[in-house]
Amino acid sequence: MFGTIYLKKKFLAVGRAIHRFIHLSDKSSISFSARASRKEAIPKHPHGDQLNPDITSWEIVKIARHRKRPVLQDYISLAFSEFVEFRGDRCYSDDRSLIGGFARLDEQRVMLLGHNKGKNIQENIERNFGMAKPDGYRKALRLMKLAEKYNLPVVTLIDTTGAYPGIDAEERGQAEAIARNLLEMSRLEVPIISVITGEGGSGGALGIGVSDVLLMLSYSIYSVISPEGCAAILWRDAGYAPQAAEALKLTAQPLYELGVIDEIIPEPAGGAHNDYDKTASEVKQAILRNLAKISKYSTSELIKRRFEKLSKIGKFTTDTFEP
Amino acid sequence: MSRVVKSEYKKNNVPIDDIWIRCDACKEQILKEIWQQNINVCPQCNFHDKITPQQRIDLVIDPGTFQHLNDSITPADPLGFVDGKASYRDKINSAKGHTKQNESVVTGIGEIYGIRVVVAIMDFRFLGGSLGSATGEKILQASNFSYSRRIPYIVFSASSGARMQEGVLSLMQMAKTCAGIARLNEKKIPYISILTHPTTGGVSASFAMVGDINIAEPGALIGFAGKRVIEQTINQELPPDFQTAEFVQKHGFIDLIVERRHIKDTLKQILSYYNYAGARKNIHPRIRHLLSVYN
Repeated sequence: MFGTIYLKKKFLAVGRAIHRFIHLSDKSSISFSARASRKEAIPKHPHGDQLNPDITSWEIVKIARHRKRPVLQDYISLAFSEFVEFRGDRCYSDDRSLIGGFARLDEQRVMLLGHNKGKNIQENIERNFGMAKPDGYRKALRLMKLAEKYNLPVVTLIDTTGAYPGIDAEERGQAEAIARNLLEMSRLEVPIISVITGEGGSGGALGIGVSDVLLMLSYSIYSVISPEGCAAILWRDAGYAPQAAEALKLTAQPLYELGVIDEIIPEPAGGAHNDYDKTASEVKQAILRNLAKISKYSTSELIKRRFEKLSKIGKFTTDTFEP
Repeated sequence: MSRVVKSEYKKNNVPIDDIWIRCDACKEQILKEIWQQNINVCPQCNFHDKITPQQRIDLVIDPGTFQHLNDSITPADPLGFVDGKASYRDKINSAKGHTKQNESVVTGIGEIYGIRVVVAIMDFRFLGGSLGSATGEKILQASNFSYSRRIPYIVFSASSGARMQEGVLSLMQMAKTCAGIARLNEKKIPYISILTHPTTGGVSASFAMVGDINIAEPGALIGFAGKRVIEQTINQELPPDFQTAEFVQKHGFIDLIVERRHIKDTLKQILSYYNYAGARKNIHPRIRHLLSVYN
């Protein structure tokens, strides 16, 4: 008992010290970022974000990747009352990093698909750190087609660093597998709801993320490239990842303003890892609420709306510039 | 022999870049004149280097039949993106000045031996042929044009992937362009994808890989993840032919590898099989009339 209180006090003190340190760097406009980025800890106190109301994109990236952040298995046990997993892509293998099957949210039956990150090294090796190979995307497509046949809405939970970059993945057509999913999902005859629960890593996320409604937890990220990758290319130094994270606008609020996502699901103070039950219940309520909203559309209206939604995404302008 | 000529040019103070081109694949120095006559194909190793949309139009489309579609669509800077050295806006402006184009893709309608087609041709010179919001819009608009008029759609891709300066908006263009292709499939309108050097990342993982027929040019780099990323992830060296058109064909994702000078004939050959009127008795007279041009 004494030990916990002592630890809590310690954490608070560390949190305040980091906060002061960050502010110091802001005020004196000295950049500590390159060296400090690796050591910057996230405030672990439940009211952590109240310590720092102007939370930066980079801090959100860290929360989204937090090793204690709830993963798919947590949502399956906390938000869903039943899960019948179906395995295999019927082509090559069963990818453990992307799983799916029938699931229930109270009485609502759905086809659940999601990236299967682990919480420790052993789980993560087994599940390839939640980075799916083509087999995973083909299994997802197979299950979506099954959902179409059984007239079940599809719910996808997105949490991946990205699609797996490896020789075998390329040989079996990672690009084709993702592209095929984008194509088929845009015309799938049942409602699709996607929730970004942690990392929405580029094509790997989009491969199960084409949807009628796209929701995002408030401390999750969705990006075309990892901040480190972007910094390595444009700044020529991965140490500029915090700057890249800011520039990429990969957090929920700017993405909502850009019209990419439809709703932000609030997280407990400090991040989802501080209260699993509350996070899971928020996610569940958001899915049910949005399913009720879109289930009133007929199949043809649904597909038409999805096409129009996708058509509208993007910002461009016109120029009279003559080639 | 070539070495002697080269030194001669050097003596006369002619800049080497104006006379010689170095092939990216075999590193051989080739006379620029020969290189251009050969439509940027290396005479030594048959590597098919990048060409401009105009060169492609001249090569594939019947002379005088090409008309631009949505030529005025150009990138905005939705995120106000600035990296360490330059702003996205500056990069757009310099790419526009350099290529005399408004985006990394040229779309339009034209004829291939009298067959009307909608084409989209990507240009690697414009920000690495990256897929931005405006690129996605043009590719979708072209497929919509093809959809509403039942004209076959042909896309030549050449791209490094999604344009990161537009963040997730560029990622979403992958879904947007694929939604357009899915509609063509539903209406049974041909969509032929030609993958040229290089087609990687977000473009390979969207419209480029889902053609009814996927055609590639010899030696083209085609793949999803960058070679360096893969090497770092798996910590081993990659086979020498990794992610070449031939490698991708061997693994079952490319139907045909066709040399640049034969692509027009190949397209005509393929399109002559589309809705071959003799095979269908109950075809509507109006559609039969529309299709008569193919056979």
